[in-house]
Amino acid sequence: MAHGPEFKPKEGSLLAWTEQRLPIVGLVHGALGPGYPAPRNLNYLWNFGVLAGFCLVMQIVTGIILVMHYTPHVDMAFDSVERIMRDVNYGWMLRYIHANGASFFFIVVYIHIFRGLYYGSYKAPRELLWMLGLVIFLLMMATAFMGYVLPWGQMSFWGATVITNFFSAFNDLYAGDPGMENGLGDVVVQLLLGGFSVDNPTLSRFFSLHYLLPFVIAGVVILHIWALHIPGSNNPLGIDVKGKQDKIPFHPYYTAKDAFGLFVFLTIFCLFVFYMPNALGHPDNYIPADPLVTPAHIVPEWYYLAFYTILKSFTIDFIFTAKFWGVIAMFGAIILLFFLPWLDTSKVRSAKFRPMFRFFFWVLMVDLVLLTWIGGKSADDIIFMNVQAVTIGQIATFWYFFHFLVLLPVLSRVEKTLPLPDSIASAVIKKA
Amino acid sequence: MLKIKTIIVALTAIAGTAFVAIAAEKAMDNKQVDWSFNGPFGTFDRESSQRGFQVFKNVCANCHSLQYFTFRNLADLGYSEDMIKAFAAEYTVVDKEPDEFGDMVERVGIPADALPSPFANQNAARAANNGAYPVDLSLITKARADGPNYLYSLLTGYQDAPADMDMGDLYYNPYFPGHKIAMAAPLSDDLIEYEDGTPATLDNHAKDVVNFLHYVAEPKLEQRHRMGLSVMIFLLIMVVLTYLLNRKIWKPVKEGKTLWDHD
Repeated sequence: MAHGPEFKPKEGSLLAWTEQRLPIVGLVHGALGPGYPAPRNLNYLWNFGVLAGFCLVMQIVTGIILVMHYTPHVDMAFDSVERIMRDVNYGWMLRYIHANGASFFFIVVYIHIFRGLYYGSYKAPRELLWMLGLVIFLLMMATAFMGYVLPWGQMSFWGATVITNFFSAFNDLYAGDPGMENGLGDVVVQLLLGGFSVDNPTLSRFFSLHYLLPFVIAGVVILHIWALHIPGSNNPLGIDVKGKQDKIPFHPYYTAKDAFGLFVFLTIFCLFVFYMPNALGHPDNYIPADPLVTPAHIVPEWYYLAFYTILKSFTIDFIFTAKFWGVIAMFGAIILLFFLPWLDTSKVRSAKFRPMFRFFFWVLMVDLVLLTWIGGKSADDIIFMNVQAVTIGQIATFWYFFHFLVLLPVLSRVEKTLPLPDSIASAVIKKA
Repeated sequence: MLKIKTIIVALTAIAGTAFVAIAAEKAMDNKQVDWSFNGPFGTFDRESSQRGFQVFKNVCANCHSLQYFTFRNLADLGYSEDMIKAFAAEYTVVDKEPDEFGDMVERVGIPADALPSPFANQNAARAANNGAYPVDLSLITKARADGPNYLYSLLTGYQDAPADMDMGDLYYNPYFPGHKIAMAAPLSDDLIEYEDGTPATLDNHAKDVVNFLHYVAEPKLEQRHRMGLSVMIFLLIMVVLTYLLNRKIWKPVKEGKTLWDHD
């Protein structure tokens, strides 16, 4: 474990007494305090881990207070949210923080993930750290999806209907008896919904799980931080920390840097909460859910759009239905990231010393922006000339899988990397 | 050569009709109004909102409910307590609780009551409106993209239908998706005589009702803007302070000093 100075309180003090029995102050001292040696060259992209932790706490705190005023019943959910907005003291602020907080949590986590991609933070010895992060990401997606259902607006209802309906694709594996709705997909959908369509049982179980999962996330976050402290943080050069010169204690250096980053983040966040609180939401969710009226255009929240495009890109039945392939591809797009440490075999971590990798990293970023943008369009929307959105989406989907499954394995074998510096200190300390 | 020209002309014509067909379904871009509630310092125009309430209760309220709006909310628009009591007392409402004999009783409205809905339920509303349902307007400016401008454009955007369009029982309004709307033009010049003497034009009626309805949709907007200003000032000060703190703390690191003296 990346060890620092041990935490030694003055003998005979009360702190020494408690530390002998429960060394919790020492744990924090070693995890986020002066006892954790961090590389001296971390840039601002390394702020996003702490920011993500902050977002999780913020969501849990605001969420717990919102629950005190929210009613998880189809007849009362929408009304209770409006009551929070109108009659609960600062209820509007809590709800806008919570709703925008979900979006900003994803922005922060996406940047955190892309930082890991760019600097090779998934490579040995940090494979489990990376995989635990992906588990957190998957749990976040489930939590956010179920949270979006709770206000019981039109997009809540129809989003839930469309997303849960994906799972009926598993009827391709076992269709069940004719007319019995007992295929594998049917059973899964009924289990998710608590019935045959989105209704009160769906709302109740989504509410229950939406309250549970954040604490599961918090648990995995502890494992994530634990796994981080074994090898210690990666750094922009991607080379191992060697001598004393390469390290600085986490506190006060990175606590100060994180404090500055946190206030910059909060400034941007509060700009949304106080001045454009509905900019990231969909107006249809201010219409109460109506099972008889389908919105013209059902779209998930922006942070799912890239994966939604991948789902919709499969349009041809082949052995199984197109829908089945879409669902497999959508989940596969995230599952394959678990194998990234073995798909990319280059020994050099940081993109700084991998010119080709760096170029294709940015191509992948453009590809993800494209996937997200197309996700908000209808399949037959014309993008330019006569090209439909679905076609662009298919090309972007192809590139996503091509990048990870073909390009990276080949590239990491053939790429000529740049020479690595001897040590962090020798690279970043200017010679006087 | 002639053949190619014919093909090009034919293709252009096809593309042209296709475009028109698409354009006919899409709603026109909203007229943009400079609302007093826009921007970081935006507030509600009290006078206009009060006139809007007058328009709403005399015109819109004949078909549309406003279920999240209670009479006591009128205090936010600058009405005095006595006036609010008087407004509420214009209505009779059925009390939620039965009396001691178990009968439901009607009583005079009080400020805590919501504005009574014009129809008992959705079916009654549809039956009275040719099958169309006049939606609740409590959240209308938030439930439509670019809501306030959309509502203003819709209310002032009624036109004669194109000659070749079969309208049935519907009315032509290019700002409405699909251009065919079940609601007849609800506002017109000289519809309501304003108590404060403001000219009773269609444009004023529409703007006033939007001001009122945006207050109903987002009643905490002013509080939010006020708090936002304090929050932003606090955060910007903290950004500067933590930046300076960070720079000072990091000075020895930037100078290349060795700051870790263990193992």
